[in-house]
Amino acid sequence: MTGSPMTGLPLNGAPVKGQRAVRLRRQTWFRRVVVTVVVIAFLIPLYGMLNFTTHDPSGQVDLTTWRTLVDVNKISTDYPDLATGFVASVGLAIVTVSVMLVLLVPTMTWVRLRLPSMSRPVEFICLLPLTVPAIVLVVGLSPVYSWLTDWLVYFFGESVGESTIWLGLAYVILVLPYSYRSIDAGLRAIDVRTLSEAARSLGAGWPTVMWRVVLPNLRTAVLSASFLSVALVLGEFTIANLFSRTNLQVAMYLLGKSDAQISIAVGLVSLVFAFLVLFAMSFVGTTRGRTTRSPFRLRRNRQEST
Amino acid sequence: MAPARGRRRFRPSGALAGVVPFFAYTTVFLLVPTLVVVVGAFLGPEGGFTTANLEALTEPGFLTALRQSLVLSAVTAVLGAVIGGVLAYAVSTSPIDGVLRRFLTSLCGVLAQFGGVALAFAFMATFVGSTSILGDLLTSSGIDSTAGAWLYTWDKGLMLVYLYFQIPLMLIVFLPAVEGLRPQWREATETLGGTTWTYWRRVALPILWPSFVGATLLLFTNGFSAYATARALVSQGSPLVTLKIDDALSSEVVLGQQGVAKAMALAMVVVVAVVMVVYGVVDRRASRWLQR
Repeated sequence: MTGSPMTGLPLNGAPVKGQRAVRLRRQTWFRRVVVTVVVIAFLIPLYGMLNFTTHDPSGQVDLTTWRTLVDVNKISTDYPDLATGFVASVGLAIVTVSVMLVLLVPTMTWVRLRLPSMSRPVEFICLLPLTVPAIVLVVGLSPVYSWLTDWLVYFFGESVGESTIWLGLAYVILVLPYSYRSIDAGLRAIDVRTLSEAARSLGAGWPTVMWRVVLPNLRTAVLSASFLSVALVLGEFTIANLFSRTNLQVAMYLLGKSDAQISIAVGLVSLVFAFLVLFAMSFVGTTRGRTTRSPFRLRRNRQEST
Repeated sequence: MAPARGRRRFRPSGALAGVVPFFAYTTVFLLVPTLVVVVGAFLGPEGGFTTANLEALTEPGFLTALRQSLVLSAVTAVLGAVIGGVLAYAVSTSPIDGVLRRFLTSLCGVLAQFGGVALAFAFMATFVGSTSILGDLLTSSGIDSTAGAWLYTWDKGLMLVYLYFQIPLMLIVFLPAVEGLRPQWREATETLGGTTWTYWRRVALPILWPSFVGATLLLFTNGFSAYATARALVSQGSPLVTLKIDDALSSEVVLGQQGVAKAMALAMVVVVAVVMVVYGVVDRRASRWLQR
């Protein structure tokens, strides 16, 4: 209960405390009712998915769908789209996260250290994708991509040039706002200037400063930015579908037209997986902040984090 | 003095090189596409200035889609904001590191950012067909006379499904604001003899109001730009702007549809830009009281 700061110092005795106790009890009940109702409402469709995939059309329990799904060989022969889509999405996640980190971490550190005047423009650009609908981005990206594909086909041949993997370059734009926010929070929590000046005065070059001083201190921020990006990339549908490339979501969507049970089962698995990733992430951030507190962290942030 | 000045002039330009990759990348993949939309809306198939694309925006088909998109986003934004707001307050009274809060924020994160196609599938599995858990119930009880077909309409089905990512998004964007309410404000109200009603009416709601309006606007743009859920649910007709753009993009029969797609995209950008300007104003007011 957040009541602890309130009940910490009862200034004038019993009546206030009694009133507060009543309020806290009411608050607890209010919370229980609201949360229960909403969680049930959220879980009904998910339960609907589970129910649909575990029953055959006559209503008998039938686990064939799930047996198929765990059988990797059967999936790749019977549902080749699903297998390619899954592989493509994993590849996209790797590309997106790598490009995002290479692009953002050095730039944001550099801006903080040497170019404070650029921090507003960088922030503006990073948050801009929030206001540009993905489908608008697709409309604008199509000439960029046809140009890019031409060049790639010219240099590397068709199999490389028309690969789904290049969508990762556009996905970096999609994940920019979320990644920016977590890395920015990470940078705020450490004194980059002192750290880098200390490293530089000990003879480190800029690459060493980035790799061995700044990056280890940003571990949590980098980790949460990456997790979030992975979740977003695995859930991306708009851009891939409109560019007629098959990633996990597109494969699921296409499969939904022919084999509803398998596609719904895949949908359920992907939702549960994304939930587990985010749930695990919610522990990563705070435990690190609590247990290992570098002396370079500013006191201000201790208050911010609680 | 001369060398010092020279060095001062040199240093920023050297440092600027460090941000060139970032700006180059975002130019190619973000600014150029935006410009392509804005400029391309005024270019004909052969190049050259034209307003023909914009005239496609006055067609009744597009206007209907635009109206339906606006209504759908507005209704789900307001409903989502109210329900999500109450939920956010309820969650904010729980322990800050508690499992409940982690569970709900993770669940909401998934539904808000990841839903899309899977969410549409979830509703089909729940409401359509003989093995769905609610489809039979609604049909046999006489509430649903369409055998699940209502799910595919924009003003019933899409509205319900959209709420399933609007409410979670509200929780995520509004929770920090509710957490910013200081216990001291409540204590001060109580010390001065105020009731719970007074606290909400005179203290908490006025403080939260700008954040609430801002979050509602964010939900509006979110609903307005949503595509995946609608695409997965609606297979006939194009009741929404995003689906209209999809039609225009994938149409290879009619020439010049690329320009029309750009014009429609421009219309979307204009709507979102207007909302975001209002959001900017509201957000500045919101940050007066709440440290975020």
